[in-house]
Amino acid sequence: MSDKLQKPEQLVQIDFAPSKKDWMDPKVEIRKGTFNWAAIPKSTKYLDLPNVRKWQPTDDDWQLPDNWKEIILEGFRDRLKRFRSLKIFMDICVRCGACADKCHFFIGSGDPKNMPVVRAELLRSIYRNDFTTAGKILGSIAGGRKLTKDVIREWFLYFYQCTECRRCSVFCPYGIDTAEITMIGRELLNLLGLDIDWISTPAANCFRTGNHLGIQPHGFQDSVDFAIDDIEDNTGVRVDAPVNKKGAEILFVVPSADYFADPHYYGFMGYLTLFHEIGLDYTFSSFASEGGNFGLFHSNEMMKRLNVKIYSEAKRLGVKWIIGGECGHMWRVLHQYMDTMNGPADFLEAPVSPITGTKFENAKSTKMVHICEFTADLIKHGKIKLDPSRNDKWKVTYHDSCNPARAMGLLDEPRYILNKTCNHFYEMPENTIREQTFCCGSGSGIGTDENMEMRMRGGFPRANAVQYVKDKHGVNMLSCVCAIDKATLPPLMEYWVPGTEVCAVHELVGNALIMTGEKDRDNDLRGEPWAGEEDTADV
Amino acid sequence: MAIFEWEEIKIDVDEDGFMEEPDQWNERVALGLASTEGVNELTEEHWKIVHYLREYFAKYGIAPMIRKLCKESGFPLKRIYELFPSGPAKGACKVAGLAKPTGCV
Repeated sequence: MSDKLQKPEQLVQIDFAPSKKDWMDPKVEIRKGTFNWAAIPKSTKYLDLPNVRKWQPTDDDWQLPDNWKEIILEGFRDRLKRFRSLKIFMDICVRCGACADKCHFFIGSGDPKNMPVVRAELLRSIYRNDFTTAGKILGSIAGGRKLTKDVIREWFLYFYQCTECRRCSVFCPYGIDTAEITMIGRELLNLLGLDIDWISTPAANCFRTGNHLGIQPHGFQDSVDFAIDDIEDNTGVRVDAPVNKKGAEILFVVPSADYFADPHYYGFMGYLTLFHEIGLDYTFSSFASEGGNFGLFHSNEMMKRLNVKIYSEAKRLGVKWIIGGECGHMWRVLHQYMDTMNGPADFLEAPVSPITGTKFENAKSTKMVHICEFTADLIKHGKIKLDPSRNDKWKVTYHDSCNPARAMGLLDEPRYILNKTCNHFYEMPENTIREQTFCCGSGSGIGTDENMEMRMRGGFPRANAVQYVKDKHGVNMLSCVCAIDKATLPPLMEYWVPGTEVCAVHELVGNALIMTGEKDRDNDLRGEPWAGEEDTADV
Repeated sequence: MAIFEWEEIKIDVDEDGFMEEPDQWNERVALGLASTEGVNELTEEHWKIVHYLREYFAKYGIAPMIRKLCKESGFPLKRIYELFPSGPAKGACKVAGLAKPTGCV
């Protein structure tokens, strides 16, 4: 039964022999384990999206509007006009194939349509056919394909088998951003009401309550209060964590999973202990209560709608600048789009650390600083006391979360922090980290249970690199700075590299941090002893 | 969207088996939903978690933080996984009739 996930030893038998089928044939099999459920009407209606209905990708009839072809072609035409990058990406690819084997989904599946060049070609062939003179005259000879309902199904399958991680773009000699091609592919699909639930429901929740989980202000306060009590039990220090405090110097925005899920939460405890220790004047907002923006995975317009709360809450609360937490794709939105999309935030000031006086020149325009930049700067200036031996039970490696690494260039700060907070930090092989990092395989809204086979396939290269450092150095902790990673790497590790835990970088900071007035701490932030007996034995 | 049928129970559920209308929940429904999780009997420990989740849900409209569930119910996460093999969010919340948590979870 294909519904059941195969065992790792079966899944790893990947067939790279090209299929005899012509790639231009758009027919696909929509198979459980390789696609995501359709959006529920409640969410699409809430977001005012078109063609609200109950449907599933496994249906024979997707109930497309009668004029579906016109909608797609008009949508395509409009986007070619609006986004010059799209026009260039459609025109300049020479199909050199440098990207072909760089995609984690291709490596894990062997499916040629998961080569970034071919995935882009799925869209490009329609562009050639309907928007270029050569294609209009010569059709398939010029690489054109006719737009049919089968093409739409093919797009749906493959544009949701791309995590928009941009590893392929690093290797493209022309700098084609394949993530942007996927984004446009998804935008076009969404014009027909072909949304997936794991994107639309978090987006609808965000629109309603400010966060993916639908947590209301009193729920947010309850979670923060719980964390304050939990930290006090653990450290003996009662921290202050203000919510909606007008006039605070800094607004702090985190992904909502940080105050909901495990192991994210231990990183949340880490932030709170750190900010308390340095006496930072900051506040949370119960509406800008989400760093993540699943609108990025839906459309440009949706991203803008969901992002606007960050600057507007900064304005309402009267802060000077903003710190953002360990969130992955949020940094693509913040670093590359927010300033021009919902800015300029001229009511804010260029960020200056009140503790060290460092001016974050790189964030002068967005007014938003990554927590790792902020913390690394504190450590560099000797402003906090750390005892790295408290993390001795962990042999730590670091997974560069795709967007912080590739979309904002956050490469050295997390490593600097890890080296100061842990005694045992080991890098994975160089072609699997930093700007060449391999994706978790579950980003961009496709981290669902129903898509588990593709997630395990897509995450295989990352898991393989973890296995390498596990074998070589005994690594047992995979640290990262993204909430999707923290949710999806644990099942990936359980599947491919059992015995490897996942943590936030700031969990390790919170463990190592020596707090003023702390009690004799027996436990780490997880409430577990500093070093287990079996761990002490081989230290 | 699907209909879940178990003994006399007939309710609307989503593709993952979570209730569409949490108001229709009762203890019989919980037993039925538990059977989909490979849990054929709800012990006192199961009920303690289910009731805690429902109380929190009534007040806040969502599930509690996982750490909070563990600490306040007194069950370590490992024990919750033993009781509900799909875990606190996907197993226990489903049996308690809560909505499926979404996003980076």
